[in-house]
Amino acid sequence: MMQTQTDLRAVFAAGLWRNNAALVQLLGLCPLLAVTTSVVNGLALGLATAAVLTAGSAVVASLRTALLPIARVPLYVLITAALVTCVDLVSNALLDGLHQRLGIFIPLIVANSAVLAHAGNVASRRGPIAATLVGFSTGLGFLGVLVTLGALRELLGHGTLLADLPLLVGGRAEAWHLALPVDGMQVAVLPPGAFFGMALLLALKNLLRKQDASRPRAGSPMERPQ
Amino acid sequence: MDEPRGNLLLTLVAAALIAAGGGYLINAAHDFSKERIAANQRARLTASLNSVLDPSIRSHDLRTVRLAATDRTLLGRDEPVDVFVAFDAGQPVAAIFAATAPDGYNAPINLLIGVSASATITGVRPVSHRETAGLGDRMEPGKSDWILHFDGASLDRPPRERWAVDKDDGDFDSLSGATITSRAVVKAVKNTLLYFEQHRDELFRDAAARAADDANAN
Repeated sequence: MMQTQTDLRAVFAAGLWRNNAALVQLLGLCPLLAVTTSVVNGLALGLATAAVLTAGSAVVASLRTALLPIARVPLYVLITAALVTCVDLVSNALLDGLHQRLGIFIPLIVANSAVLAHAGNVASRRGPIAATLVGFSTGLGFLGVLVTLGALRELLGHGTLLADLPLLVGGRAEAWHLALPVDGMQVAVLPPGAFFGMALLLALKNLLRKQDASRPRAGSPMERPQ
Repeated sequence: MDEPRGNLLLTLVAAALIAAGGGYLINAAHDFSKERIAANQRARLTASLNSVLDPSIRSHDLRTVRLAATDRTLLGRDEPVDVFVAFDAGQPVAAIFAATAPDGYNAPINLLIGVSASATITGVRPVSHRETAGLGDRMEPGKSDWILHFDGASLDRPPRERWAVDKDDGDFDSLSGATITSRAVVKAVKNTLLYFEQHRDELFRDAAARAADDANAN
């Protein structure tokens, strides 16, 4: 099962951007829309999701020749459930302020990972490295959208960026934020703002895809979203 | 590449190992975080109680005793409401009520209301509410200073018949665009003061007895 460099690169690009879970497949929207009221919220949930997805994919992928195909998803869920419980407990202990906000969305990572992993077809026809990479790049792509949408909404809604970073990394980050001399539009951080922001990102993604498609490209395209 | 077919026995072994490993991990995470989570909760409770206490006693080493009080009309809930009595050097100095304003605009508003031993409001904070963003949510101290205007109020100041919002000929400003929210909060604060007036001695006596019990138990 030799994987060439280009294959791996294509797998990575597909998860991160081309077949992005949030922007192309529209998966995981519940936490995506709910928590992205600030960069830090998005970053924290994105990191947790990416870490859990990667670890889950890695374990299932390395066991793939031994596992019955029907057992892969249940075992994947078992692994992610255990990891997410740990993330939940540890973040509750160490990042109390952030945990207060992200609260119910942390356990939801399990459901999300199952959906994302199933969509990414974790560990079925690919070698373990490629399958782990699928999990990692899907997670990273999801993280990217969370952070971007969080930045957009925080900037428009509060006129700040990274204002709540101390919740994630402690008091020394107090000064590391950007504040515009404007109040911001409240609507951006309310639920409708999530949909407006997401719509903008989707439109941008589609625009870029269209431009991309009209350009002749070398090499074989990866799977296209249906 | 063909899809690997797998093997039932190996699948079962893997499932057992994953379950055991996961259980071990969760156990370790639980051991690691148990104490810290409890400490975080205590710190949050202390911080929120402190926010409605008189600033002059906040830094003192206060002991708080938690009681439960039930009064549907005055405390806003059918169920028992938490009341924290704070002791400074053995003397009860304040009571903090986790009262509810049942008639919020969208839902009941849960408040924390601090009352000094002399029946003066030392602080009011919303704990949870579903008031309209941009209007009713301006009762939050971070969004406007409206809720701070209760500090120092008592049933004599303003006189109890003037405990209403301006639109109802009372002495309290209402938040613009959120008269219902303002009315609900003013009424809840007044009712808490009424409850305190009727039950002050009983509350302080119960709390002192509880504190003595705790001291004996240790």
